[in-house]
Amino acid sequence: MKTSLSLMTTLAMMLACAPAFAAAELPLEKATLTEPPNVPPPITRTSAAKVLVELEVIEKVGQLADGVDYVFWTYGGTVPGRFIRVREGDTVEFWLMNHQNNKLPHNIDLHAVTGPGGGAASTFTAPGHKTRFTFKALNPGLYIYHCATAPVGMHIANGMYGLIYVQPTTPLPKVDREYYVVQGDFYTEGDFGAKGGQAFSMKRAIDENPSYVVFNGSAGSLTGDRALKGKVGETVRLFIGNGGPNLVSSFHVIGEIFDKVFTEGGSRPQENVQTTIVPAGGSAIVEYKLDTDGTYILVDHSIFRTFNKGSLGMMKVEGGQNKDVYSGKELDESYLGDESVASAVLPNRPAAAVAKAPTAKPDAAAGKSLYMANCSMCHQQNGEGIPGAFPPLAASDFLNNIANKNRLDLVATVLKGRTGKITVNGKEYNGVMTPVSGLGDADLATLLTYVSNQWGNKAPAFSKDEIKKLRDAVMTAAPAAPSPPH
Amino acid sequence: MWILAALSLVIAADRPVRVAIPAGRFAPLFGLDTGQRDFAVSAFAIDARLVSNAEFAAFLRARPDLGKGRISSALADECYLSHWEGATLPPGSSAAPVVSVSWFAAQAYCEWRGARLPSTLEWEYVAAASETDRDASRDPAFVARILGWYSRPTGKDLPGESHRNVYGVYDLHQRVWEWTLDFNGAFNTADNRQDGDKIAGMFCGGGAIGSARREDYAAFMRYALRGSLSARSTLASLGFRCAASTTETR
Ligand code: HEC
Ligand SMILES: [Cu+2]
Repeated sequence: MKTSLSLMTTLAMMLACAPAFAAAELPLEKATLTEPPNVPPPITRTSAAKVLVELEVIEKVGQLADGVDYVFWTYGGTVPGRFIRVREGDTVEFWLMNHQNNKLPHNIDLHAVTGPGGGAASTFTAPGHKTRFTFKALNPGLYIYHCATAPVGMHIANGMYGLIYVQPTTPLPKVDREYYVVQGDFYTEGDFGAKGGQAFSMKRAIDENPSYVVFNGSAGSLTGDRALKGKVGETVRLFIGNGGPNLVSSFHVIGEIFDKVFTEGGSRPQENVQTTIVPAGGSAIVEYKLDTDGTYILVDHSIFRTFNKGSLGMMKVEGGQNKDVYSGKELDESYLGDESVASAVLPNRPAAAVAKAPTAKPDAAAGKSLYMANCSMCHQQNGEGIPGAFPPLAASDFLNNIANKNRLDLVATVLKGRTGKITVNGKEYNGVMTPVSGLGDADLATLLTYVSNQWGNKAPAFSKDEIKKLRDAVMTAAPAAPSPPH
Repeated sequence: MWILAALSLVIAADRPVRVAIPAGRFAPLFGLDTGQRDFAVSAFAIDARLVSNAEFAAFLRARPDLGKGRISSALADECYLSHWEGATLPPGSSAAPVVSVSWFAAQAYCEWRGARLPSTLEWEYVAAASETDRDASRDPAFVARILGWYSRPTGKDLPGESHRNVYGVYDLHQRVWEWTLDFNGAFNTADNRQDGDKIAGMFCGGGAIGSARREDYAAFMRYALRGSLSARSTLASLGFRCAASTTETR
């Protein structure tokens, strides 16, 4: 606040003798706005400018997850909205346009604004109208902007937020890559993964019980081909925001330690941080160096949200393993403890040897889409799993075994979940798979036929009728998945 | 002539123009004083249906000064009747509710018919009714259904006459927004944004202060929308219907 106080007094003096905002003399420039996960290039100017920002509100249908449609309210057509970058001391002329096909009035409260409502009252805009206001970017830092029209929670819950970065007059050191990631919670009538158009659920929102918690507006926005990218040796800066509306994020990147975190988007860095809290309506800037290759997983470490509600992103780093930093698995042998366990030999047979049954002609596209929506967040895009957490489905001896010999168990795994120690391809897992709900018989048949015939797996196709029978059997059998041994 | 007369008779029989609404008491989302529980609403009558394109076109024949391209810019913004092709209706749209009309034009239409726009209190009073209940404003299923409109992509609205409430009034929700007489409190034709405090009530937590039902999100949206308008505003999703005090009609 010290700097801004002195700025305020000089500003006040200026105002006393000159007309408001001696801005006419400033050079005028139009801000470059970017879609997530991109960030506009650093500002290289060394003096203030008048910056023109034009943001359009668009209400539109998008995908909350594969096959799940949702009517988003957006700043610029994406969630989060366009990234805005200005420089400390700039005068910002801000235009808010509300597209004429929109149903609702909207406005914007930029946390970077000093002044009542952060611009909300000045930008209250009916559909088919535009409004303008001007502010001076007094305080540097990373700020959330959001809609503040009543009922405000619903406007935010539908995606109306984004980040504005007020770059300090002395900019942060240059890095190789900058990315833009914002977490948000969503409240739908149907549960996670329920297909088709999903309406906003006011009850869930008030209960703070989201069906989705995602990065950049959809489950899968940062996975597969859309993963963030990097190379060994590079430095990365993430501009992280949390739109909320309700949840506070425990932001973490699996396998990285943040060299620096500008907590809450402020000016002073903390060093060597594992997990940083990002408040709803707040931000953080995190920086790290890419020391060795692999896939690094961005999560909200309030971890059920990641496993069950979608808050999972990826950064794929290429450029070779740095054995000094991380060796990979050096050893895996049996450990008997003090009591000899009967079978000390951990089998590791190739999956193809398991099943010789006639294989199905799977409806691959539909199967894949069901897999992506219901299973991939844990078992990963190509069934490879995540060591130590999620067993692989690809070439899984466990899967092949039950898909051929105990089909009831496979259906039960999906419908009732699974917990307790299991061994998959010689590795032990002891996790919790939560039940996957909302799949009809036909979809489940397509999905299970797909997974049991993909990635080196082989088993007969599941028919709708078979699933129906197995489902009835699963549902009438009393206990859920086997509970862990005590 | 004979055919025409017969036709208009059928229309009249088929479409009861105005429905009588009995007097009662009602707590709108905003406007109650501290300690006040509700307002008395006098008996009035309200159109069973939204004013249609065809009806509005007939009015413009009587009031060419309010026609598209003719109306003074003080009385309507540039998007006035923007869905019409010139002065004519797009094919197949005669029965659809007229939208993109300003408050001035809507009120002039109602006056032409010896009526007026409904007050916000009257409108909210009638619109609180579901198919079976006069006041369903606290019924979660009813509120959720209205909210559903916002979860439907623009342009995929319900066909006409989807919901008839217990009074016999159609489509108060889920089709278009509707003008009210006092849409922004004390309207002086000017920029409603000058009334800072009232509008501030529409933002952030402010919206919840002084509201009668914090969970009536649909009503919050209506008040917010009305607050964003000025009397010359037109929206592609904003239409109207007329009302009259029961004593006036007699
Ligand atoms: C929330 C994360 C999560 C989701 C979503 C999930 N699983 Fe699992 N799955 C697990 C975990 C954890 C285990 C290991 C359970 C244990 O240790 O007992 C597992 C085990 C399995 C197994 C047995 C082990 C193996 O690898 O062969 C199968 C088969 C399986 N899951 C199939 C599926 C299918 C099909 C779906 C989608 C319908 C799915 N899972 C969705 C977490 C998940
Ligand atoms: Cu909004």
